[in-house]
Amino acid sequence: MKKKILAAILVLTMVVGLTACGKKAATDTGAKDDSGSGLIKVGIINNDPNESGYRTANDKDLKAMFTKENGYDASFAYSLKNDEQITAAQKFIQDGVDYLLLSAADTAGWDSVLKDAQEQGVRVILFDRTIDADDSLYEASIVSDMDKEGAQAVEWLAKQELDEVNVIHLQGVMGTAAQKGRSGALDEKVAAEDNWNIVTQQTAEWNAEKAQQIVQSVIDKGDKFNVIYAENDDMAKGAVAALDKANISHGVGKDVIIIGFDCNKWALEELKAGNWNYDGQCNPFQASYIDEIIKKLEAGEKLSEKVVVMEEKGFDATEITDDDVNTYGI
Amino acid sequence: MGNTKKKEAGFLSKIVRQQLFIPIAALLILAVFNLIADPSFFKITMGASSTGDPVLSGYLITILDYGSELAILAIGMTLVTAASGGQDISVGAAIAIAGSVILRVLCGTNSRPEELQTSVFVAFIAACLVAMLFGAFNGILVAHFKIQPMVATLILYTAGRSIAAWINNNELPIISEPTFGYYGGFIPGIPIPTPFFIAVICVVITALVLKFTNLGLYTQAVGINEKSSRLNGLNPVFIKFLSFVILGLCVAVVGLIKVSRFSTINYSVIAKDIEMDAILAVALGGNALSGGKFNMAASILGAYVIQFLTTTLYKFDVQSDALPAYKAVVVIILVVLSAPSVRAKLSQVGKKLHAKEVA
Amino acid sequence: MSKKTILEMKNISKSFPGVRALQGVDFKLCEGEVHALMGENGAGKSTLIKVLTGVYAKDEGHIFVDGNDKEVSIHSPQDAQRVGISTVYQEITLCPNLSVAENMYIGRSEGAGTNWKKMNEDADKLLQSLDIPAKATQQLASCSIAVQQMVAIARAVDMDCKILILDEPTSSLDEQEVEKLFGLMRDLKARGVGIIFVTHFLDQVYEICDKITVLRDGKLVGEYEIKDLPRVKLVAKMLGKELDDMSDIKGEQKPYDGDDAGEVVLEAEGLYSDAGIKPFDFNIKKGEVNGFTGLLGSGRSECVRAIFGADRVLGGHVKKNGKTIKITKPLDAMKNGIAYLPEDRKNDGIIGDLSVRENIIIASQVLRGFFKPYSKAEANKFAEEYIKLLDIKTASADTPIKSLSGGNQQKVILARWLMTHPEYLILDEPTRGIDIGTKIDIQKLVLKLASEGMSVTFISSETDEMLRTCSRMVVMRDRKVVGELSGDDLTQNKIMSTIAGGDK
Repeated sequence: MKKKILAAILVLTMVVGLTACGKKAATDTGAKDDSGSGLIKVGIINNDPNESGYRTANDKDLKAMFTKENGYDASFAYSLKNDEQITAAQKFIQDGVDYLLLSAADTAGWDSVLKDAQEQGVRVILFDRTIDADDSLYEASIVSDMDKEGAQAVEWLAKQELDEVNVIHLQGVMGTAAQKGRSGALDEKVAAEDNWNIVTQQTAEWNAEKAQQIVQSVIDKGDKFNVIYAENDDMAKGAVAALDKANISHGVGKDVIIIGFDCNKWALEELKAGNWNYDGQCNPFQASYIDEIIKKLEAGEKLSEKVVVMEEKGFDATEITDDDVNTYGI
Repeated sequence: MGNTKKKEAGFLSKIVRQQLFIPIAALLILAVFNLIADPSFFKITMGASSTGDPVLSGYLITILDYGSELAILAIGMTLVTAASGGQDISVGAAIAIAGSVILRVLCGTNSRPEELQTSVFVAFIAACLVAMLFGAFNGILVAHFKIQPMVATLILYTAGRSIAAWINNNELPIISEPTFGYYGGFIPGIPIPTPFFIAVICVVITALVLKFTNLGLYTQAVGINEKSSRLNGLNPVFIKFLSFVILGLCVAVVGLIKVSRFSTINYSVIAKDIEMDAILAVALGGNALSGGKFNMAASILGAYVIQFLTTTLYKFDVQSDALPAYKAVVVIILVVLSAPSVRAKLSQVGKKLHAKEVA
Repeated sequence: MSKKTILEMKNISKSFPGVRALQGVDFKLCEGEVHALMGENGAGKSTLIKVLTGVYAKDEGHIFVDGNDKEVSIHSPQDAQRVGISTVYQEITLCPNLSVAENMYIGRSEGAGTNWKKMNEDADKLLQSLDIPAKATQQLASCSIAVQQMVAIARAVDMDCKILILDEPTSSLDEQEVEKLFGLMRDLKARGVGIIFVTHFLDQVYEICDKITVLRDGKLVGEYEIKDLPRVKLVAKMLGKELDDMSDIKGEQKPYDGDDAGEVVLEAEGLYSDAGIKPFDFNIKKGEVNGFTGLLGSGRSECVRAIFGADRVLGGHVKKNGKTIKITKPLDAMKNGIAYLPEDRKNDGIIGDLSVRENIIIASQVLRGFFKPYSKAEANKFAEEYIKLLDIKTASADTPIKSLSGGNQQKVILARWLMTHPEYLILDEPTRGIDIGTKIDIQKLVLKLASEGMSVTFISSETDEMLRTCSRMVVMRDRKVVGELSGDDLTQNKIMSTIAGGDK
């Protein structure tokens, strides 16, 4: 019996320790009610910042924007699970936040809780992810257009006017919005053009190691290729590692064109060094858009559009500047 | 005449009974399959890397490269399996932690250091200590509190990657120092991937430890019969604990290779699902997953066979998210073959065939 | 004796490969009777019960239930239940995380879904009528072991059982709990239920039972009214010795006379462990062979386990050659020159998958240290030496020990301990389940070792074996040392009467 209790305590300490250190922000939720102080109370529900560099940058951006200095009283809750997010949303509504900012883990299941929010006069703004709910339930939705990101990259590639485009296509986790959007544009183009071929199309599941093994396998097989289209920076990095090993040159003016996505700072640095050719942005900096919308709503203005598509850039290695690297690198 | 034949059959059945037979047979099957499907699988070419150093390349080299990581893990996993009769499913997460520690020590608080804060050796030792600490955590849960190994290690499996991210404040440090890439790549002038040499060192150390200490005997005794081992003066709790700590050491080594490959880390995907391959290596080595007797050489060979399978599947453009399904088939075959009832049947069939032959 | 016979088993036989577990056994149970089924280990008690409850199929014989006219065939525990036979085992076989009522009705809700309210009411009624201190909605795990045992009985009773088998229900209960259980048994008896009571505790038999059936070696010894069979006679019947049957053993030469002033090698004072034995004193002299005797479950193994540190020692002192030593784990004992061959060879002795060689060297190897493994050549030399010395029949030293016969496995364990050159060797049932030739070998070896100056404690269920080898015997009953016999007192008669204790 003693042992069991001890074990339980040990596990508990571990878990508590973890939540305390790993997700420090999750404990911030109990912010006091200081609605009298003139601050705008916002509850922010996001995915786990450890999920990716993108999410880390996103979380940082939000944290920098929603501060007391900027007139906000913000509470954060993180989870990759929809049900936990919904619970957090209910809590925020009970706490009487003015705005609920939501990046939903899953598209479904949000109707009832958003209706509650509406009844309580809590205004909802979606960011980064959309949900399957009636658009009357939220004020605005700030999203990336993944299809457009893919299309921009493919358009850029087409402009390089290669005689033949033989692509190694490294896909993200199948079925994710980013994968679908970024794959779609390329698939269309390959189907349409005679001189565009897919050498191999594999999911490396956003994973550099898997990407390296896939590209390694193509090299070992001896197939010819001149473009690597990786749906995120990590996979592009993995591919490049395999190329380096086999002494296949890559980058500006070299044998293989490298395309990545997400604009990690280190990736943009590679671009700047000419080792890669193109990187498509997936803009994590939504805080300023949200801030703008809240300001408008507070001033009683009407929003011109419900869905706000963020501006997203694509960077060409030959044109990128140090400023770009610092501004857009995440 | 009949006599010689009998001897032959006896010889054959002796081979079949050898534990190494299983991984060797699997290796041969894969090799023959590749030979028939596309002999170029075995081609090795000497080339140069982008830095101008000579490197060997080809599928076999790839297998040697990635199989080595698995082989190192298989050493620790074999001991854990033998002593505790269960498996550690947290090695992938623990590798993330070990790798994160290495980067943290090398980079300090600056995630893009111009130069390294300390030597790689110091960072590696730090990673070893941390990984062994987490191994000890698992070990205490399993050995002292008698929690099922899979359940006990589920804690770290779930939490490990968050811990890894926390160690570096969620930053993604990148090391620009080229020598750091040697551990997971090539040392200039040597055309064989470094992980292979690291694996050789680990295997040699393991062989020496097994020869010059009683680790093997004690581990097996505890795994086979814990009560009886205790009555013979052994401390089963400590032996099990020790096996997890040793696995922690293996984890740190693999962590170094992994972060060296890209000179950076991605907490959520580094060494993802590697625990399954490591466990599979132990099983493919013919070791009972319920613990007890083990054959280290068979496990290590098993690790390379697993990588052989993975690389073969990549070669034939099997979708990489479907790989686990193929491996699952291998697991099913192994499990079915090692089930006592099937073994009994097989040996009956064997006897019958043998009897016919002799007749 | 006008009571109705509710169960009659006639000429029951059952064989397992190599063993005739039951040979033509008869058994009769009347209504409202508590009938003890007695016998030492291997006597056939549990086989008889398993035949009756349909766990085993009988080879021969007939079972009649409810008067002699109705022969029944019982092929499964469900069949047994249908004819009104219920069993409560030593270990609780209920589900601790369900409620009391659920446990009482689980697996037999007839027809439509369960009516929880009614179920709980019925359960409470039954519990009340049997005076069981439990509530229907209480979680079973929150009850004491005794109450759990009673709930199991209540479950059996409610299934309209006429014949209740209690298989060692009291072994994990304290005295008060036993009293409660007996109260319940008397109550059931008054309702006409026939109870078959299996136990090792003699006192309990004489407190509650009406009749005793004694089995030995798979055969029926006899059925007796309790008043016709005093304790000493019962023990004699169980052990298979008539009271005057010991004259031939007397006068046999003893290897060593315990009264001689040998040095005390090891002594224990007030030693007890978590295995539930009462504190005991013990000593052994150089070159002496002594023994612990008592019926099965009397605590003789637990005593030597406490000496060896195999169970957790809770109190007492151990001195070796006059100096106090601390033994908290087996390794401590081994370092002090104590060796222990455990009773349960399969679970505590052999390390099944390891080779004979590894099984022989392991204890010495542990003593030698982690960093000093024997070389393969050394290990082989020792193994071959002991294989030869003890005449162990094995294909080679590489053969896994589990493929050896029981006797040869035992010799390997013996070799293991001899190789450590102990000063004090404890042998707990070294001869159980092995062939007669090996038995004699082991007895001879014990005497030889003692003559060379080793102290040995020898435990056996076969009293004559102990009489042949031991010069002093500690007698135990109900986990307590109740006497010590040596010299002229060392006779079959005296041993049995000491074991029986109480009123002769």
